[in-house]
Amino acid sequence: MLITEDIKKRIFEKAALCRAFEQEVFNQVRLEKIKLPVYLSAGQEYISATLAVAIEVLGIKERQIFIQHRGHSTYLNFGGNLDELILELLGSKMGCANGMGGSASIHSLRENIFGHDGLMGSQGPIATGMCYANKVPTLCFTGDAAAEEDYFLTSIGWASTKNLPIWYIVEDNNLSILTEKKVRRNWEMSDVAIGFGVKAFNISDDPIEILASLPDTISGPLLLNINTNRLFWHAGAGIDSDKTFDRHADFASNFSSDYAGNVNNAAKDLVEMAWQRCQ
Amino acid sequence: MSITLRDVIKEITRRHLQDADGLAMGQCLTAVGWVGGTLPELYEESGMVELSMADVAGGGFAVGAALAGRRPMYIIRYQGFNWFNAPMIINYACKSKEIWGRPCPMFVRSIAMEGGIGPVAGSSHHAIYYRMPGIRILSPMTPNEYWVAYKEFMETDEVYYISEHRGAFPNTEELEDILFDEPDYVLLPISITRFAAQEVAKRLYEDMGIKVAVIHIFRLKPFEISAQALACLRNSRFGGCVLDDDYVDGVAKSIAYDLMAKTSINLDVLGLEDRSAGFVANVDNLPPSREKIHDLILRKIKS
Repeated sequence: MLITEDIKKRIFEKAALCRAFEQEVFNQVRLEKIKLPVYLSAGQEYISATLAVAIEVLGIKERQIFIQHRGHSTYLNFGGNLDELILELLGSKMGCANGMGGSASIHSLRENIFGHDGLMGSQGPIATGMCYANKVPTLCFTGDAAAEEDYFLTSIGWASTKNLPIWYIVEDNNLSILTEKKVRRNWEMSDVAIGFGVKAFNISDDPIEILASLPDTISGPLLLNINTNRLFWHAGAGIDSDKTFDRHADFASNFSSDYAGNVNNAAKDLVEMAWQRCQ
Repeated sequence: MSITLRDVIKEITRRHLQDADGLAMGQCLTAVGWVGGTLPELYEESGMVELSMADVAGGGFAVGAALAGRRPMYIIRYQGFNWFNAPMIINYACKSKEIWGRPCPMFVRSIAMEGGIGPVAGSSHHAIYYRMPGIRILSPMTPNEYWVAYKEFMETDEVYYISEHRGAFPNTEELEDILFDEPDYVLLPISITRFAAQEVAKRLYEDMGIKVAVIHIFRLKPFEISAQALACLRNSRFGGCVLDDDYVDGVAKSIAYDLMAKTSINLDVLGLEDRSAGFVANVDNLPPSREKIHDLILRKIKS
């Protein structure tokens, strides 16, 4: 898929909302307004933002999304309700998971986003089984660590065997908490997928690169191992390094500073108003 | 001709696939034997889904199929394989309705057998599931009980664990409780031990006039017992015993505890011994035999 100016803007706007949201959650955790463990996706939001826009552009109306524990951005980018996510983080019964899901097990019935149960990588087999049973185009998000689970790998193999319409999206931030990938393994998910007979790419989270890797339809299995960066701690509100590459700042350079500033400010205002409504 | 439990399971599965848009999923289903003759000879186009040999993932595939509303029958050939198959059933399917309001109904057919099959494959392992919320556990040993289990599953949106036993597949008879107003002893058997309990009770009454009541446990979780059966247990002269085909540190002790709290009657438990099973007969670990149950009752009465 080729990227147009309109597509770029749509991706940027979605990502800006996610960034503003995660920054606000960061602040709320620091203020101890949020008292449960949170898994912030700041830095990784371009993956789901790009895929959500791609799905819209491709005109895929019916799809099912399987989310991982670091899933605020995925939830928001695929249409999850902002207020319900805030309420969930505040432990309210009005939250998107009835106040039981916290940060890691969010979902949306309306948007066909399926929550994660906390077992690392379980979304792999569950998404694959659901896709087998109803043949609805499926996106399954995972981290690079959860993807190492043996059952996740098997899922890719079974999707290949059955030629299922499923895309596995590995948000590869190179870290399992703080253990780097090279300490854990000497192989790449994309190579494993190719070994299973699945089309796969090992790419960056630059939207141009992601879009260039996508077919026009979800008609068979695909795996994208997308290298990205986690800006904040594995859990909670902290910063591992202030030298981490920031895709949002980089992608903003595609636009005039006025436009980028306005989009970021509008997203920030939207999130702040939502927090005020929910508290 | 009498209908066996095997025939009933086969017919239910055929209807589930052909009339209810259901799925049957598992490993080596269509191989020789068709899971002890309990499956109709249908293939993938009819909903009989051969999974890869990856047990953990297989459980997840079935959970996904349940989320899609296909009400899968997930067939686990040996109950001990649940150590691999259970994680996503217990942690996703059983919790999905409570956490997310998404029912995930599935029918886990888990099959026990024993005798010379070693430390994992032998016996029932329903206790793996028992401690977790959101699961219903039934152990049907008769044709009618299996119909009840299936119909109940189809009328609800819950996860059912069906603790089967190959030893019951040829059975054609219904197992009725044996109740007395004032029994000498009460047996509360689960799974394959129900047949042994029934025989021992009859023999002791016929040979020695000892009144041994038998209260069959078909519903393990939530545990159910009729008022009549409970009254019988309350009047027991020498207590009773819960019999299981699993290790006693699980379902048997838990049910015994509940019943003791309700009746103040002392209950023992008999099940697998607390050791690994070997393949050879002298180191195997089998459910309580007729002799063992018989001796326990006499010992209790004499003491």
